[in-house]
Amino acid sequence: MTDTVAIPAASPTTLRAEVLPEEQRAGREERRVSGVRISDMLSATGAAVASLCLTSVLFTQIAPLSGPIAFAVVAYILFMLFYAILVALDESRPVVIDRLILVGVHTLAFTIFATLAFVVIFSLVRGAEALPYLNFYTEDMSLAGPLDPLSDGGVLHAIVGTLIQITIALAITIPLGLTTAIFLNEVPSKFSRFVRTIVEAMTALPSIVAGLFIFASFILLFGLEKSGFAASLAISVMMLPIMIRSADVVLRLVPSTLKEASIGLGAGQWQTVWRVILPTSRSGLVTAIILATARGIGETSPVLLTSGFTASLNLDPLHGPMVSLPLAIFQFVKSPEPTMIARGFGTAAVLMFVVLALFVFARIIGGQTIAVKERRAEGRRAFWNAVLTPLRPLARLIAKGFRAVVTVSRPAVESAVRFLKPHLATAGAVIVALARRFAREVRAFVVLTFSKIRAAASRKRTPEALESPEDPSTPETPETPPAKDDTP
Amino acid sequence: MSLDIPRSLTTLRDPADVIFRGVARSGGIIVLTIMSLVGLFLGFRAWQALSVSGFSFLTEQAWEPDSGRFGIAAVLVGTILIALVAVAIAVPLATGTALYITEYAPRKIRSFLIGLVDLMAAIPSVVYGLWGFFFLQGNITPVSKWISMTFGWIPIFAVDGVDPNDPLASVTVYTSSTFIAGIVVAFMIAPIITSIMREVFAQAPLGEREGALALGSTRWGMIRSVVIPFGKGGMIGGTMLGLGRALGETIAVYMIISPVFVIQPHILQNGSNSVSSLIALRYGEATEFGTSALMAAGLTLFLMTLVINFGASAVVARSRSGASS
Repeated sequence: MTDTVAIPAASPTTLRAEVLPEEQRAGREERRVSGVRISDMLSATGAAVASLCLTSVLFTQIAPLSGPIAFAVVAYILFMLFYAILVALDESRPVVIDRLILVGVHTLAFTIFATLAFVVIFSLVRGAEALPYLNFYTEDMSLAGPLDPLSDGGVLHAIVGTLIQITIALAITIPLGLTTAIFLNEVPSKFSRFVRTIVEAMTALPSIVAGLFIFASFILLFGLEKSGFAASLAISVMMLPIMIRSADVVLRLVPSTLKEASIGLGAGQWQTVWRVILPTSRSGLVTAIILATARGIGETSPVLLTSGFTASLNLDPLHGPMVSLPLAIFQFVKSPEPTMIARGFGTAAVLMFVVLALFVFARIIGGQTIAVKERRAEGRRAFWNAVLTPLRPLARLIAKGFRAVVTVSRPAVESAVRFLKPHLATAGAVIVALARRFAREVRAFVVLTFSKIRAAASRKRTPEALESPEDPSTPETPETPPAKDDTP
Repeated sequence: MSLDIPRSLTTLRDPADVIFRGVARSGGIIVLTIMSLVGLFLGFRAWQALSVSGFSFLTEQAWEPDSGRFGIAAVLVGTILIALVAVAIAVPLATGTALYITEYAPRKIRSFLIGLVDLMAAIPSVVYGLWGFFFLQGNITPVSKWISMTFGWIPIFAVDGVDPNDPLASVTVYTSSTFIAGIVVAFMIAPIITSIMREVFAQAPLGEREGALALGSTRWGMIRSVVIPFGKGGMIGGTMLGLGRALGETIAVYMIISPVFVIQPHILQNGSNSVSSLIALRYGEATEFGTSALMAAGLTLFLMTLVINFGASAVVARSRSGASS
């Protein structure tokens, strides 16, 4: 029942999986008192009609009130009043309170869902102006000024920056986070409890403090420049506790009977973890990772502090500012120009699509329980069986023919092998040489492309002479001079 | 005699297990190191400024580090006020939504709603900021005005410089206020609080629920006498976690408020400030000493959220619903 684990971003409690055995729980579904009577419907409708009428009269004839918000509030209060009176006509006091609370709870839930839906839809609608332009996804802002129309410039630099930063952050957080989560569960000790306490307290670490930490350590103390890499470190510091926390919850749900069975069969601890615990909780762990990623992608302030803003595409995470989607939004809407604001909302829409896609992905994977997977695999097997059954005789025929061909040609093949064996080393050397040549060509092509892109990107930026000598920069990193030569 | 004493057991682990335990433990140590480095580095960088200002760091309102007059009295009060407004709005909403999901919603849509709440918790804060700045700011001022007109005699709702009889008075005095920032942050933290409360409410024992119903209780009676007492720890813990989130929120607050460096107790009035938006505002132009002062402000924020979080975990772990975690 509960092996689909809904992970709340920061929940302090575990789902108590082992309280009741599976079959018993299935039998004890919660009883729902329901049953709406006609009188309930009638009193609710009556109260609604009465409150609307009275509010209209109040607003148009009597009181000096105006505005949709005031209308809604007055109508709601009057509705509660009328409804209470109507229910009180034939029910006792506790029932009246119960009904009023029912209305109140529905209102609160509706308010929150409606508002949050509105927040999302608002951004989508305002951003709809910028989204249809294809150049919005394929250009950066280096050649587009604030007054340019939406058909110039785009947010490619922010999309690429977000992808690079989150990839680096994930490369740091996934190994470290999962190892720590396993440590918390599998190597219990006083120390691991202490680590768990610290991690839990850190889940609500303000993101700006994470940014400030990297700013204080890497940039001010070690003297590294502001870069996409620093931003990914800041995001990692922020994501790490969230990921450990939710992975910890997931790992705790692995039934201890499974572990005991594994140990009892003679497996060591490492084998148990690798063969039993991780496969059992895989979907939950993926969900934990993706939810932490969604949080990390949306953070603005760490990137603001550690990476800085740029309007051009920067593919090098180690040097120069690299912008991310939330930071681009923030910069766009600071401008008073309507086109820039439209771009900001368009970027927000892109960002939300990314988060939504991650979330749906997490749901799909997280919803894959072992039972569901089995059923799907069964279904696939049945499908292929059905498809292949008519083809089977044909396949048998082909196989027979193939076998016959093999038997006939075996002497020939053997003699060919005998002949070629001495020349094998030469052939190998030739192949290696060709492959090397090919790799060189590819690398040259990549370097050329990158330098072209950088030349286009750095046309507006002041060329940075700062090349830190201690970093063995990647071969793809082009030198700045050719970039400068290209600009007239 | 000594038959009753259990024989001590020794475990011989094979090399793979030894390596595994070593790697796992070192992962834990690395994470612990990173987390403590956050505090250490901030403290180290903040020391320079703190040693100059001393205790007046907590009482001074202005922020002019280079002339030696700086303190977080104003921004700290602003931060706390924004967080309190947010919590005051978010907690009733979250409680209602959590109760709706666990007690009232049709079972078929329940898991959909749970997913929806989790999705809302993942919406980037800058999106809320956009909504607050471009929509809420313009549409909430009549409400602010009404509250200040009606309840202006309560000090925090008062607004300076407003003549209630002037029909042409500008509404700009009600914009960029603590109240608006608080509303935006409230909708940002409500999903988190809802998610925690929902989980605790859902754990309320079936036997007690059905017992209450069998004794003739209404649904609300059952909720009041079983669900809420059972989930009280989770409610408090969730609220505190939300409060921690609200204290640290940066971008949305930064986009809405117009920063002032005096203690601004009037939550409906233009002008407010928070520690995190102070950092975002000033880090770029700060001198080395100014950066150190900002680090000190960040350290204060960090310690504050840490204390609140520890409190939240303690409350949750103490409570009946959280006993198993």
